[in-house]
Amino acid sequence: MKRALILFTVISQFLFSSDLEKELQTQFILAEPGDTIYIPEGTHSIKGTLSIEGKNNLVIKGFGMDRSILSFNNQDEGAQGISITNSQNIILEDFAVKDSKGDAIKAQYVDRIVFRGVTAEWTGGPDPNNGAYGLYPVQCTNVLIEFSVAIGASDAGIYVGQSKNIVVRNSKAYHNVAGIEIENSINAEVYDNHAYENTGGILVFDLPDLVLKKGENVHIYRNLVEKNNIANFAPPGNIVGKVLPGTGVMVLAAHNVHIYENVIRNNKSVGTGIVSYFITEEAMTDSLYNPYTSDIHVYNNFYERPAGFPTLDFEIGQLLAIKYGRNTPDIIYDGMQDPDVMSGLCIQNNGRADFTNLDIEHNFEKWYSPFISNFSEDASKHSCPSPHLATSIPD
Amino acid sequence: MNSFSRKAISALLLISFLFGANPLKYAKPKLSDYGFFIGNMADHNPRDGVIPYDVSAQLFSDYALKSRFIVLPKGQKLDYQTDGSFDFPMGTTLIKTFYYPADFRIPDKDIRIMETRLLIHTPEGWLGFPYVWNEAQTEAVLEIAGERMDASFIDNDGESVNLSYSVPNFNQCKGCHVNQNRMIPIGPKVRLLNHDFDYSDGKMNQLKKWSALDMINGLPEIASLPHTPNYGNPNDGSLDDRARAWIDINCAHCHMKGAPGETSGLFLNIEETDPTRLGILKPPVAAGRGSGDRLHTIVPGKPDESIMIYRMESTDPGVMMPELGRKLVHKEGVALVREWIKNMR
Repeated sequence: MKRALILFTVISQFLFSSDLEKELQTQFILAEPGDTIYIPEGTHSIKGTLSIEGKNNLVIKGFGMDRSILSFNNQDEGAQGISITNSQNIILEDFAVKDSKGDAIKAQYVDRIVFRGVTAEWTGGPDPNNGAYGLYPVQCTNVLIEFSVAIGASDAGIYVGQSKNIVVRNSKAYHNVAGIEIENSINAEVYDNHAYENTGGILVFDLPDLVLKKGENVHIYRNLVEKNNIANFAPPGNIVGKVLPGTGVMVLAAHNVHIYENVIRNNKSVGTGIVSYFITEEAMTDSLYNPYTSDIHVYNNFYERPAGFPTLDFEIGQLLAIKYGRNTPDIIYDGMQDPDVMSGLCIQNNGRADFTNLDIEHNFEKWYSPFISNFSEDASKHSCPSPHLATSIPD
Repeated sequence: MNSFSRKAISALLLISFLFGANPLKYAKPKLSDYGFFIGNMADHNPRDGVIPYDVSAQLFSDYALKSRFIVLPKGQKLDYQTDGSFDFPMGTTLIKTFYYPADFRIPDKDIRIMETRLLIHTPEGWLGFPYVWNEAQTEAVLEIAGERMDASFIDNDGESVNLSYSVPNFNQCKGCHVNQNRMIPIGPKVRLLNHDFDYSDGKMNQLKKWSALDMINGLPEIASLPHTPNYGNPNDGSLDDRARAWIDINCAHCHMKGAPGETSGLFLNIEETDPTRLGILKPPVAAGRGSGDRLHTIVPGKPDESIMIYRMESTDPGVMMPELGRKLVHKEGVALVREWIKNMR
């Protein structure tokens, strides 16, 4: 049976390309464990979401991210380009999804999902009308994203949400609002990536009202995070719309995050920001939600930025400009220490990186009078007794 | 689609039928193979044991009208569950046919049947199979990958409406009917059945009828059971009841605990009471441009500042809700939910 299917698949790719959408969808429905489904070379127009549901051990394979392209430019149905749900051990390899109306590739309730050499792109450049997420595993376990590319997402290019055991590596994200984002997730390794020319390069967020309440054990290391200076083009109402253009790495209300051995350069507003949910000024009704950051470690990073003003069309950018002129600090903390947790923020050995604690609890009223507000540039309060070394990384 | 490609897909389906590949081994290739109806199949005259029913609150499907039937295996019954659902015996089949009259002002005339969906309770759980009707209206064949069909009708206001009608594929069936990775029926629940139906031998409460036909085990006194209003009938329940009924049947299959929309933290099932989970002053999580530049799902008193209304009013696939099964705006539904939000404090 399997042989017949594969034979059929191969033959059909030679002979018929006129309705690839229906053919692929049929194959996705009928696939048996162990099958490989090929996306032929060429640019194929697809009008509805392609869905994979309830499958085990499936490989979806193209002939290269530049050669096998699914274009959703004329999509009239379904929000996603590809949707994968309730499955195990799915490998996506060597193809591109372009211009989907909503998210490019969404995987939900999948155990063991691999994105390898996959591109998610909106080809018209940064635009609020682009879909929200490029590569988008949510509520998944054992996620690997590697050698992949995300371009133009109006929220996050590579976004892993409410998931466990995650590796994002050797990938590129540019022209997104957020390049790479890890949200409400546990055990994430984000390394050897290049996040550039986004609004914010790499984000680690914990948001309220979600099913998976609190992330932890997130390691961001050996990434090149540079020139994340493009205007924030997220549609208003989205939390990522609050990200200050010119942000390298941002930690929002997250717990147990390690940021080390990254090169974070030429991000004009803030190299690394560590802020609580209070900074969003959104109401909080989720009694189980913890809005503070805690157990955050920033060490052994290289920071560099040429003198220049931060983004001035955001209030916090104006504040920083008034206070620091053309020399905004590399590492910025909002000073909101979780009263129930001992360990807040640990900073050490980041070369000549400078620091400020905005202490928003005490300075909040004085945001418009920053000359008299009490920021603390003293990072020594945040040095930790023992150096944190890079933990060994499972490959 | 060219005929070559169609042949290719047919060949693939044939291979699957012959070799019994999942999920097709539980389905028959043609609707007539099941023998649900006697005489001209398009007339839907049910054979004995094929019981028609309807639900008080309906999922909007581009204004298509629907006929529903339930078939239980011989001698077997539904088990009433205390949460108001039923436990269905293995082999239960739910039949739902979607059709348009040429003119909604004369709804019984010039009917075109688009599709019939079967939900079959198999040893592998519930499975959904879409059958697409031919032009001659004599047969419907299984289209596992779904289908697009041009449809047109004249609506109640005399306006001509054209749309590309979409038959869901096998996976999309599950996309709506899934909870905790198990596929479940949505319509046949006590609260949606607890009203009169016009049977060939006269009107009767559906639960009473099913009891009389000895189809249910353990049903409590009917008077004690809940009823979800027909949201289209202003005399059936309060504004709040009707709006919640619309939202429940149109949104909650995804927006409830265990269902795909739970990632948003927005829970719209009729049982939900927490204001934030219902969307009141709740910021979006992953809406993207679906937010329409609005800040909260529901802003009490302000439908035009509420994301919920924006997404209900859109037909852009990247914005609209529900994500599937809709090309048109449900004007009456939007009006109802608008009114509800406007009156909310």
